[in-house]
Amino acid sequence: MLKKLASSLSFLALAAVAGAAQADAAVQNPWSRATPPTAKNGAAYLVLKAGAGGDRLVSATAPVSERVELHTHIMDGGVARMRPVPAIDVPANGTVELKPGGLHMMLIGLKAPLREGASFPLTLNFEKQGAVTVEVPVKALGAMGGMEGQGMPHKGH
Amino acid sequence: MQRSIIALLATFALALALAGCDAGKPAPKFKSGDITGAEFARGFTLTDHDGARRSLADFQGKAVLLFFGFTHCPDVCPTTLARAKLALQQLGADAGKVRVLFVSLDPERDTPAVLKGYVTAFDPGFVGLTGTPEEIKQVAQDFRVMYQKSRVEGQEGYSVDHSTQTYVYDPQGRLRLYVSHTQDVDVLVHDVKLLLAGA
Repeated sequence: MLKKLASSLSFLALAAVAGAAQADAAVQNPWSRATPPTAKNGAAYLVLKAGAGGDRLVSATAPVSERVELHTHIMDGGVARMRPVPAIDVPANGTVELKPGGLHMMLIGLKAPLREGASFPLTLNFEKQGAVTVEVPVKALGAMGGMEGQGMPHKGH
Repeated sequence: MQRSIIALLATFALALALAGCDAGKPAPKFKSGDITGAEFARGFTLTDHDGARRSLADFQGKAVLLFFGFTHCPDVCPTTLARAKLALQQLGADAGKVRVLFVSLDPERDTPAVLKGYVTAFDPGFVGLTGTPEEIKQVAQDFRVMYQKSRVEGQEGYSVDHSTQTYVYDPQGRLRLYVSHTQDVDVLVHDVKLLLAGA
């Protein structure tokens, strides 16, 4: 009985630790877009959320591509200049959204095209939190990150 | 003498009436950039993704959405193609009156076969266009499109910095609109509907 209580308590403690960790640098709404058969590269998007201490995303890896790089677009009078960024800072109690046309994870050298409906693990390495692995669902080629990517009907149908 | 003055006045009045009539005709209410009358981006001759030589005039009779990019582009180009696809979906029955053209700014890597696999994955009706590096250079110049290879450390090969606007032509083949890549799909759909309605 006592042993059972102790184990439930330690389970609760573990759950609390996991919960705190999640609140500290949560990764939300990860998604990727299906790629054409001849595309060499893809992209993944997600929302990074940090707790009171803030955090810093320094790198990422995924088994679907040779490399994953953190990229952004610098817009210069209608010209998009894609550039790698060394890290993405997540401010204390703040969020950073990676989305089409801005910050994104570039999946370089895809081993196979990303297919709609599939998913793949993406491991994010944070400065404080360490490695966090999330499962990234692959949305349609036409997905923009909103509801349309989830096969939801949209205006005009 | 008096008669000629009257004739002159009448001509003047008629001119005024015509001018008034013209000014009174409401200009189409486009939500994106109206560049009707622009003297650039008037045409091209390039190689399509099946290897056939195509020019802008071949697409007359349809509204045309034309933009530039490259297939190694992981974010902006697929987003622009995805947006064009969404616009067609929202146009419903009118989608058949619109053609989407994607011009490669990376002719060395984007062969017709690579382009075909890329653009038709978004929609079987999309057309990929490429050419010799010299042809692409000329077309980019004619269309006021900036592009430059950029070697980025750590990245495979190179990226291509490039202009991201979409040009929209009316069914008569005239350049009408400049649409920023950040513009909502709704804006594109609204404006293409106006063009298809004869605006």
